[in-house]
Amino acid sequence: MPVQVKLPTILRKHAGGEPKVSAEGATLRDVLDDLETKYPGITKNVRSEDGGLHRFINVYLNDEDVRYLGSLETEVGEGDTVSILPAVAGGSPG
Amino acid sequence: MSEARRFTEDEVQRYARHIILPNVGGAGQRKLLDASVLVIGAGGLGSPIALYLAAAGVGKIGVVDFDAVDVSNLQRQILHTNADVGRSKVESALEHLRAINPTIEVVGHDQLLFSTNVFEVMEPYDVVVDGTDNFPVRYLVNDATQFLGKPLVYGSIYQFEGQATVFMPGKETPCYRCLFPTPPPPGTVPSCAEGGVFGVLPGVIGSIQATEAIKLITGEGDTLEGRLLLYDALDMSFQEVKIRWDADCPVCGKEPTITELIDYEQFCGVPARPE
Repeated sequence: MPVQVKLPTILRKHAGGEPKVSAEGATLRDVLDDLETKYPGITKNVRSEDGGLHRFINVYLNDEDVRYLGSLETEVGEGDTVSILPAVAGGSPG
Repeated sequence: MSEARRFTEDEVQRYARHIILPNVGGAGQRKLLDASVLVIGAGGLGSPIALYLAAAGVGKIGVVDFDAVDVSNLQRQILHTNADVGRSKVESALEHLRAINPTIEVVGHDQLLFSTNVFEVMEPYDVVVDGTDNFPVRYLVNDATQFLGKPLVYGSIYQFEGQATVFMPGKETPCYRCLFPTPPPPGTVPSCAEGGVFGVLPGVIGSIQATEAIKLITGEGDTLEGRLLLYDALDMSFQEVKIRWDADCPVCGKEPTITELIDYEQFCGVPARPE
């Protein structure tokens, strides 16, 4: 089932500059796998070496942090939006 | 608060549009005049934050920055003008804040924040507003406000995207480390001066931060506490996600592992700054 994935600016370069892409899967893990297949390198900084989610990048299913749902096993469905959100430091870059 | 003093004639005129406004009124304006806010950074975010707080009549505004005004700042840092290029940002900021509102107190803190001075700088203020541009100071400011029990209005920007929220001290309320427990490894996420910034973006996010600071002071309305507001200027879209208190948070969790301030190394390609 397709879900919408909202990409932060830093990841858009992997997806031809698109702010939003569609991905397939029944769980967040499937969705990230599908994204990686379509746009190689896009999840490199989202998932850690051991396969979990990095703590400096948050992933939300709609408005909820997936850590409070089921992390990578969180079930997703049609109409859901997955948002990837990295820590951002900027304020007044000189 | 001691017995409320009456508004001066100038104050009645200056703040007339607040005084007649429901949800601010005379009582709210009084609270603003009696309040103090520390604005960290006199740059893109700090400009609208400090300007609006000064205009609103926040009684005492502290401004922290260590930098000098560069001509490349003027594309977005509306607190400074062409004539200020080369001047200290704090000096320029104080002058322009006084020009907008000479009846309030403005205090300059022309320094970098470290574990050694941050408590002393923050101590006299009721509310802290974060307009910094780097992770080390963001974490320092988060931890210090948590340790001191002060509310923190957070804002951050990157290119066309911005985020804002409010972190309240206290039991089982989220802090920045509940959201992102530790700074990212260098090179993994954008930071500092990478990639440019859309000039109006800090105007939007900084104005939201000023709004939240004012609401914290007046006590009216619902703040962004527990909600992270995300703004995309290209899409012109706002989105909200929930921020929950993390029982495992290293600073405000059940068993904190960080109990004192940390000076993280500067990274993201920005050279180490002078002490």
